[in-house]
Amino acid sequence: MRPVPAAPRRAANWLRPSQQNIVFALFAVLFVIFSIFLRGFLTADNMLTLLQNVAVLGILGLGMAMVVIGRGIDISLVASLAVPPGLVLQMVQNGHSLPFALAAAFALSLAFGLVNGWLIAYAEVPSLFATLATGLFLAGLGQVALFKLDVVQWSPGMNALTVIGQGNIAGIPVSVIMFGLAAAVVTLFLRVTRLGTYLYAIGDNPNAARITGIPTRPVIVLQYVLAALIGAFAGLVMAASVNSMPTRIYNSTLIYDVILVVVLGGIGLSGGRGGVVNVIIGTLLIGTMLNAMTIMDVSYSGQNLIKGLVLLVAILTDSFLNPRNEETAQQGDI
Amino acid sequence: MNERLLSLRYRWWPDHVVGEILSKRWTETAIPAIVLVIVAAAFSAAIPGFLSAASLADTARQACEIGFCVFGMSLVIIVGGIDLSIGSMFALTDFCALFCLDVLNWPVSAVIPTTLLAGALLGAVNGILVGYFRLRAFITTLITLIVYRAAYDLVIFRHSNQIAAAFPDIPSWNFIGGGTLLGVPSIVLVYAVVAIFGHVFLTRLRPGWHVTAIGGSRRSAFNSGIPVRRTIAQCYVASGILTATGALFFAARLGTVGGDIGVGLEVTVLTAAILGGISLGGGKGSVAKAVIGTLIVLLITNGLTTLSAPGGLNRMVLASILLIAAMIDIRWVKNRTRIISKVYVSPTYHAMPPIPATDPDSGSPFAQNDRLRNVAEIGVGLIEAPEDIILDHEDNLYAGSRHGDIIRFFPPDYERMEVYAHIGGQPLGMAFDRERTLYVCVGGMGLYRITRNRAVEKATDETNRSLRSVNDDSRLRLADDLDIADDGRVFFSEATVRYEMHEWPVDGLEARGNGRIICYDPNTETTKTVLHGLKFPNGVCIASDRQSILFAETWGCTVKRYWFAGAKAGRVETVLDNLPGYPDNINLASDGNYWLALVGMRCPALDLAWRMPGFRRRMAKRLPVDEWLFPNINTGCVVKFDEEGRILESLWDLGGVNHPMITSMREHRGHLYLGGILNNRIGRYRLADADPNFVQYDVRWGAAQ
Repeated sequence: MRPVPAAPRRAANWLRPSQQNIVFALFAVLFVIFSIFLRGFLTADNMLTLLQNVAVLGILGLGMAMVVIGRGIDISLVASLAVPPGLVLQMVQNGHSLPFALAAAFALSLAFGLVNGWLIAYAEVPSLFATLATGLFLAGLGQVALFKLDVVQWSPGMNALTVIGQGNIAGIPVSVIMFGLAAAVVTLFLRVTRLGTYLYAIGDNPNAARITGIPTRPVIVLQYVLAALIGAFAGLVMAASVNSMPTRIYNSTLIYDVILVVVLGGIGLSGGRGGVVNVIIGTLLIGTMLNAMTIMDVSYSGQNLIKGLVLLVAILTDSFLNPRNEETAQQGDI
Repeated sequence: MNERLLSLRYRWWPDHVVGEILSKRWTETAIPAIVLVIVAAAFSAAIPGFLSAASLADTARQACEIGFCVFGMSLVIIVGGIDLSIGSMFALTDFCALFCLDVLNWPVSAVIPTTLLAGALLGAVNGILVGYFRLRAFITTLITLIVYRAAYDLVIFRHSNQIAAAFPDIPSWNFIGGGTLLGVPSIVLVYAVVAIFGHVFLTRLRPGWHVTAIGGSRRSAFNSGIPVRRTIAQCYVASGILTATGALFFAARLGTVGGDIGVGLEVTVLTAAILGGISLGGGKGSVAKAVIGTLIVLLITNGLTTLSAPGGLNRMVLASILLIAAMIDIRWVKNRTRIISKVYVSPTYHAMPPIPATDPDSGSPFAQNDRLRNVAEIGVGLIEAPEDIILDHEDNLYAGSRHGDIIRFFPPDYERMEVYAHIGGQPLGMAFDRERTLYVCVGGMGLYRITRNRAVEKATDETNRSLRSVNDDSRLRLADDLDIADDGRVFFSEATVRYEMHEWPVDGLEARGNGRIICYDPNTETTKTVLHGLKFPNGVCIASDRQSILFAETWGCTVKRYWFAGAKAGRVETVLDNLPGYPDNINLASDGNYWLALVGMRCPALDLAWRMPGFRRRMAKRLPVDEWLFPNINTGCVVKFDEEGRILESLWDLGGVNHPMITSMREHRGHLYLGGILNNRIGRYRLADADPNFVQYDVRWGAAQ
C-alpha cells in the first residue's frame, strides 16, 4: 500500500478547532448571516468600505503581531501611530520639505523603537509596563514640544503622500493595498528571513533560544523597532486618508482593538504562535461586525457591547475546545 | 599602630548589620519607599504648602479611592492574573450607588451593600471566566473592560440627567464623602482597616498564603491540593468589591456620573501596583507596596497638576519617573540575593598569640604521638557523623547520626545496634539528667529530650529575642552541646546565630562572637540567654563545684568558666588560653580532671588571615565558596586538663588512620570512647591507669536508681 498522502492530514489540520479556525468560522457565519439578512451588506461598495475602515487597524495589528509572537506586547503602538506622522504633517506645515520631514519622523520612530527595545531587552522591564510608560512619554512629548494643535492639519506640501491613503488602484482602495503590502512584507520577514525564525524561537522559549546561541536581546530590540516603524506607517496611511492627524487618538481605546485583533486571530499572548493570516482573520471579524452594526445603526456603545460579548463567546468556545489546565499553564502567563 | 586602629574599627563598626538588614524581607519595599520620599520632598520644595494638612486631607481622599482599586489590582496580580476592567467597574459601581440613591431614593444603608454587591457581581464575571473557565486574564478583562464601559455609556445616556439634577442632603452620605472622625477623613479610616486586614490576610492567614502560592506557581499549588480555581475566582470578586468601595466613596464625594469617570483608571492603578513593587506574573507583593505605589502615583499627578504643568509635560514626567523607578526596582529585586550573599559574610579582626609547639620532640604537653592509632572501632560503616557519644549505667552506648537518629549499641561487644529514637535533625551534644532522660542538642531544631520510654519531646527551640540583633535570634539555629546542673537546669551552647548548621565553617571565617550560652529550665519551661558574643561556643561541662560550667570557644581557642550560682555567679574566667587547636566537647575524666577534644589544629595561614579582615572580605566576595580559606578540621587530638588550666596529657592519631578528627570523647569504665562529626565509626581507647568503675552518670547523679 502506498503511504497515506500528506493531504488528508493537512485537511484535518485545517478542521482542527483551533482559535484561529473558530474565529474564522465565526467570521464566515456572521458574514453569511449578514449577507442574507442585512440589506446593503453584500455589495461591492460596502465590501470596499469595510476593508478601508479596518485597513489601519490591520496594519497596526501586524506590528502588534510581531511583538506578541516574540512574547511581548506594545501598548505604545498608538503613540507610534500618532506622533511621528503628526511630526511629518507639522514640519511640512512649518515649511520643511516632505523628504526631510519624513526622515525626521523615521528617525523619531527608530529612536522610539530602540528605547522600547532597550528597556525591555536590556533593562528587563516587563513589556506591558515599559511600553505603557514610553507611550505616555511620546504622547506627552508630542503635546508639549511638537504639535501646536491637537489635530495637525494636512498642508499642500503633503500632497505627494495623498496616494497612500486616498483613491483606488484597479478598483481597490489604496489603504487596503497598503495593508496588503504591509502584510506581504511582514509575511516575508516572518517566513523567509532568519530573523523571523529567531522571533518565533524567542517567543516560544526565550531561555532555550538564548542557550541555542540566538542573539535574543538584539532581536527583541528589532521587534520593537519594527513595531514602531509599522505604527508610523499606519499613521501616515491614516493621515493621508482623513487628511489630518488627530493626535488625541492616543486617548482612545484603539490599542485595545488592536490587541483584540491579534489575540482573537489566534496569536497567543504567550508567544511563538501565529502569523499574518491570524491578523487578517481577526481584522476581518472585527471589520465585519463593525460594518454590519454601522449598517444596522447601532450606537457606538451598543457596538462595543455587542463586540465584547461576541469576543467573549469566541474565547469561551476556544477554552472549551482547547482547555488549559493548571498542569500546562505557564508561570506569568496572563 | 595600624593593627590597633584595625582592631578598633572592627570592634565598633557593625559590618554584619548591613547583610542582616538587606536579608530582611521588608527591604524589598525599600526602593519604592525611597522613591516616595524623594517625590514628596521634591514637590514640597517646589510647591509651597504641598504637604500641608489641608492639601494632604484632600489628597488622602483621592488617594484612598484609587488605593482601594490598587488593592484589588494587587490582589489579582499576586494571584497571577491582571484585572484591566477596574476602570469600567469603578464607573459602573459609581453609577450604581448614585442611581440607587438619587433615582430610586433608597436609604444609604441599602445603597452601600447594593453597590458592594454590584462590584462583587462584576468581579464574579471576571472570576468565573478566568478562574473556572480558565480564560486568559489579560484578554478576558480587556473584553470585560469594553463591555462594562459600553454598558456604563448606555445607562448614563438614560439616567445622567436625573442624577445630575438630584442634590441629596443626607448626613450619613455626606459623612462618607467628606466627613472626618477626630480630624481623620472617614475614607482614611476605612482604608486603614482594609489595609491592616489585607496585611494580616496575606501574611498570616491560610487563604492569603494560598493566594501567594498560586501566584508563585499555579502548578505546584494545584498539585499540593490548593483549590486553585476557586481561589482565583474569589480574588477577582474581591477586586470587584474593593473597586466598588473606592467608587462608593467617590460617588459620595463628587456625586457625578461623567462620561470619562474611570477612563484610563486601570492604567493608573496598574502603574501604582507595579511601581510599588508588585511584580507582574504573580506571587510577590504586599499591602505596604500597594500603598506606597498609590501614594507615589498620586503625589506625582497631583504635584504636576498643582504646578499647572501642561498635560503633555505631566505625562512625560510621569512616564520618566515610572520607567526609572521600574528599572531600579527590577535591578534591585533581581540582584538582591546576590548582593546579600556578597555582603552577608563580614569578617572581623581576631588576633591570636603564636601557636604553642606540638612537635613530637618539643616536650610540650601537646607533643604529637600515636596513642590513638590502634583504638578499637565500633560500628564501622554503620554510623555516620557521631558528633557526641554517651554511655549509661548499663553500658549501652548512644550516638547521634547524620540521618536524624539516636543509635544505641549494646554491650559488651557493641556489635549489635538499634535506632533508639528518631528525631529528624542531626543530634549533636547529649547528656542524661537525673531521671535518665536523654537531652540532645539538635542542629537546626533546638533542644530535645528522649524520655526513658523513648518518647521524643521538644524541650525548647527558642530563647528571648535580644534587642541588639537585627536577625531574629529567638529561634535556635545551631544548638551544640549541653550539660545539666543539679537543679535540672540545662546549660547549652548555640554556636552561631548568623549561620545555619551546614554553613558553620563560614562562621569560622568571620571569627566574630556570634554564639551564646543559653539556659533552659525544665521546672518553669523557660529559656533564657545567659552569655552572648562568644566565638563559636561549643563543649559545655558542669565543673566540680556544681556552680559553674566550663565551655569551649572554638574560634577563640579558649576554654572558659562561667558561674551560674554561688558567690561568683555571673562571672566568666578563662581557664585555658591560646590552645594549639579548635576546642570542641568537654567531659569529665575519672581522676576529677576534664577531657577536651580539639576538632582541628590551628595553622599560621588562617591565624594571619584572622588578623586581616579586609583580605577575608575580598576572598568571600570574589572567590567561590569552595576556594575560601577555612579552618582545618582534618586532624585533631584529645587533651586532659585540670581546673587550674594545666594540660596534663594529649592523645593523638598522628597518621590519621583511625581517628583523625575528634569532636567528642567520653570516659566509661576504663575506656575512652571517641566520636567525630566526619567519622563513620566510634573509637574505643583503653585507658591503662583509669578507674575501671567510672560511670559518668553515677558520678554525676549518684548510683543508678
